[in-house]
Amino acid sequence: MRRTRENPEVHAGSMADIAFLLLIFFLVTTTIQTDVGLDRKLPSDDVINHIDVNERNVLRISLNKNDELFVEDRVLKIDELKQLAVAFLDNGGATENQLRCDYCKGTRDPKSSDNPQTAIISLNSDRDASYGTYVMVQDRLALAYRELRNREAQRLFGQDFTAMEEKFYAAETNEAEKATLKANVERIRDMFPLNISEAELNVQSQKLA
Amino acid sequence: MSTWRNHQRSEPAISTASLPDIVFMLLFFFMTVTTINNTELLVDNELPEATAVNKLDKKDRIIEIYVGTPKKSLEKVLGTSPQIQLDDRIAYLNDVVPYVLGELSKKPEAVRNFVTVSLKVDKEVKVGVVSDIKKELQKAHLFKVNYTTYQGNDTNVGF
Repeated sequence: MRRTRENPEVHAGSMADIAFLLLIFFLVTTTIQTDVGLDRKLPSDDVINHIDVNERNVLRISLNKNDELFVEDRVLKIDELKQLAVAFLDNGGATENQLRCDYCKGTRDPKSSDNPQTAIISLNSDRDASYGTYVMVQDRLALAYRELRNREAQRLFGQDFTAMEEKFYAAETNEAEKATLKANVERIRDMFPLNISEAELNVQSQKLA
Repeated sequence: MSTWRNHQRSEPAISTASLPDIVFMLLFFFMTVTTINNTELLVDNELPEATAVNKLDKKDRIIEIYVGTPKKSLEKVLGTSPQIQLDDRIAYLNDVVPYVLGELSKKPEAVRNFVTVSLKVDKEVKVGVVSDIKKELQKAHLFKVNYTTYQGNDTNVGF
């Protein structure tokens, strides 16, 4: 019997099957982790909130234990919250020169906020409200801020604020570009600072009651 | 002539030799884009959805805290009330401060000031638990939090 000299060829036809098997295994076992969320900064605990603010500069939002939303003691649907927050922040009711908000396009109602810098949204949630609703409210407020910031960024720099922020955080943006972007981003942020306060005092009084 | 015709009629078989390459490419793509969740979840963790979201920082600047009701299989041991999960164990509220400070000390010194606490809280959990955790984080002087959510749909916000 004569043996063939050449090595037998490895059959590659089943390679695809093996690879598919691996692929499906990875698809099934990995869970795609979410890497997005709402960034918030907690107030530092040693600063006691004793800032004197005018009542007209505060928008009181509260969430009760049945997940119902109240704005200034009035029931409101969550979908209407964004428009209301935009109207409140963008009001620009102040008439004095140094407080006047030139870029505000609101109704300039003297009973509503003076300018976006002094406007505070006070969010107060019952301990028994569900976290899902709480995040939804936070999200709607963030959307209101985003809309106003985008509007001003479009007016001043011709692009969306979100796009500017994204470009600022991107690793491939070079240093010089980053410096100008940083100034611009901060300017927009100063125009509409994120003043969402979760008053601790009210929470404590609820506990005692 | 007839042979020529025959040759034209029979269609050539599609070569499957490159199929493994394509599949391997897909495989590598999935392997690189997915992050393997290396902590086993003991609690239900159905996150809420949000649209005005920021991207989370890099993984090495994140401390994760999970909150949710225990998984169905663990109900007998852990009960049905919401629990806090740190790493791969269930913890009490007063374990939060030692845990976050411990995690913080494991991070390289250069990134310690940028550490964010990612709160992965089930949407059915009550706000009270979350605000208790936030109070603990304030005690630990970690003020940057992220309410981690799923990316919601932009389209159903407009109305």
